[in-house]
Amino acid sequence: MEVTTELIVQALWDTLYMVSISLLFGSIIGIILGMLLVVTRKGHILENKLIFSIVNPIVNTFRSIPFIILLVAIIPFTRLIVGTSIGTTAAIVPLVLHIGPYMSRLVENSLLEVDDGIIEAAKAMGATPLQIIYRFLLPEAFPSLILSITTATIGLIGATAMAGAVGGGGLGDVAITYGYQRFSTITIFVTVIILVIIVQVVQSLGNILERKIRRV
Amino acid sequence: MIEFKNVSKVFESNDKKIHALNDINIVVEKGDVFGVIGFSGAGKSTLIRTVNLLEYPTSGEVIIEGKNLAMLSEKELCEEKKNIGMIFQHFNLLNSKTVFDNVAMPLILSKKKKKEIEERVYEILRFVGLEDKAKNYPNQLSGGQKQRVGIARALATNPSILLCDEATSALDPQTTKSILNLLKKINEEYKITILIITHEMEVIKEICNRVAVMEEGRVIESGSVFDIFARPTTETTRNFVRSVVRDEVPESVYKMLKENEYTSRVFKIDFLGASSGQPLISRTAKKYQVDINVLFGNITELQGMPFGNLIVELIGDDVELERALQFICNQDVEVKEVSENGSHYGTHRASAMGYAIHG
Ligand SMILES: Nc1ncnc2c1ncn2[C@@H]1O[C@H](COP(=O)(O)OP(=O)(O)O)[C@@H](O)[C@H]1O
Ligand SMILES: [Mg+2]
Repeated sequence: MEVTTELIVQALWDTLYMVSISLLFGSIIGIILGMLLVVTRKGHILENKLIFSIVNPIVNTFRSIPFIILLVAIIPFTRLIVGTSIGTTAAIVPLVLHIGPYMSRLVENSLLEVDDGIIEAAKAMGATPLQIIYRFLLPEAFPSLILSITTATIGLIGATAMAGAVGGGGLGDVAITYGYQRFSTITIFVTVIILVIIVQVVQSLGNILERKIRRV
Repeated sequence: MIEFKNVSKVFESNDKKIHALNDINIVVEKGDVFGVIGFSGAGKSTLIRTVNLLEYPTSGEVIIEGKNLAMLSEKELCEEKKNIGMIFQHFNLLNSKTVFDNVAMPLILSKKKKKEIEERVYEILRFVGLEDKAKNYPNQLSGGQKQRVGIARALATNPSILLCDEATSALDPQTTKSILNLLKKINEEYKITILIITHEMEVIKEICNRVAVMEEGRVIESGSVFDIFARPTTETTRNFVRSVVRDEVPESVYKMLKENEYTSRVFKIDFLGASSGQPLISRTAKKYQVDINVLFGNITELQGMPFGNLIVELIGDDVELERALQFICNQDVEVKEVSENGSHYGTHRASAMGYAIHG
């Protein structure tokens, strides 16, 4: 069986599907956890030792597990959530668990970049903690958050390729099954080219968007 | 009105205690432009931050218009803060928002109606002279313009108190002047009490009516600006005063005295009150047979009154010179004789020669 254009298109579609859905859930988790890591730290607007000392090690733990191991380790959990452990939808579960904590660190850094003076001014105006987050922190960190999400997206594209290796579908799967196992150099070549193009496009979009928001 | 009653603040950082404020007692009256001056690390910022509770005092209380804000609930405190505007050294504007949105922010937080916000924002932007910049972003503005936006934002909710933490320290002298003039106008037109923190005596001189000098967390001197300038009692304060009004007798005067062959005497006249420089000199010269030569002058204006000193040379015969001196001493000035061999200032008090000192 030779690789066909149809197969490649399907794989591309699967990759985009996995990336976008895990990016969506990963961003939600990342922004919430990243925000918690910032506002509950010592001296910040919602200082809370308990929450910080729970979230921080959890994020660290997930960050320290190599994705390929995470993929296998949580198979029972994946089955529990989506009913199966194979296929593109099943791959989304480990992808989210991988990218969420990764993104939370990026979000944390973006939010920490916001000048303390901004928070000081917000407090002086009588803003509530929620108002500070929504009206001051997020808008000020927005350009930087866009870059963080861009970086995370690229990390995610790499991870989906890896998920392919364990039957997750997508371009990675094609590259492994046809390219590696059946020695089809052309397949490896084509999938790599496609992945490179996707990464280039994502990075450029991220940069353009960030520059637009920053108005430079 | 802001009353600091026995306010102390201790910071604990890695088992080291920093006494940032030590038993501060100050009363800022309604309508005052009250300055707090001190070197970096004196505790000025900590002091001003206890007013709107960005920093809670470790002990003592800060009473704002009769209320101790530390006793209020979180929600009441947010409400009260709308009565206290604050501006900062580095402006602290939102770079992601336009000038309009920055100024509108306190009103948005108070959930005011859109139309009301728009009217108020344009009114206040007009007042600070930035109407045409409403659609610009902070990074398109100069430092002075940014501070004007900061001021507009602080005034948006019509506060009765304005706190300024080193508000002009990041600005050049020219821009500093214009911002100080704006603050003066705010004080006069809106009757807003202003508390200013600074390390520049120029700022105190320019707009404050009362001042406190801080050192190592304590207030070492406080009173009306005129009194503090005229009679500083600590070395720190004297140094601050000297930074705006030079007090020492220049070397050239001593040199001249050494080479002096004829009968002239040199005096330093300190103006500390209502009398102004020019008439005193010209009147003396008209009234008595003496020539008066102004060698050196350092007169500035403090709250509408001349303040500083003149170094003059009186030339004439002994009797006439004594009479002229007597006349000068009877004015609202302090006179010291400058002699070539004097130690420190090289001056004698006029009283040492039998004249009363006024001041
Ligand atoms: N949050 C803080 N934690 C620990 N020490 C602080 C803190 N804020 C200020 N200090 C210390 O308190 C002292 C007074 O600081 P500050 O009020 O900023 O002085 P100033 O504004 O007069 O320069 C300094 O020694 C400073 O290091
Ligand atoms: Mg300071």
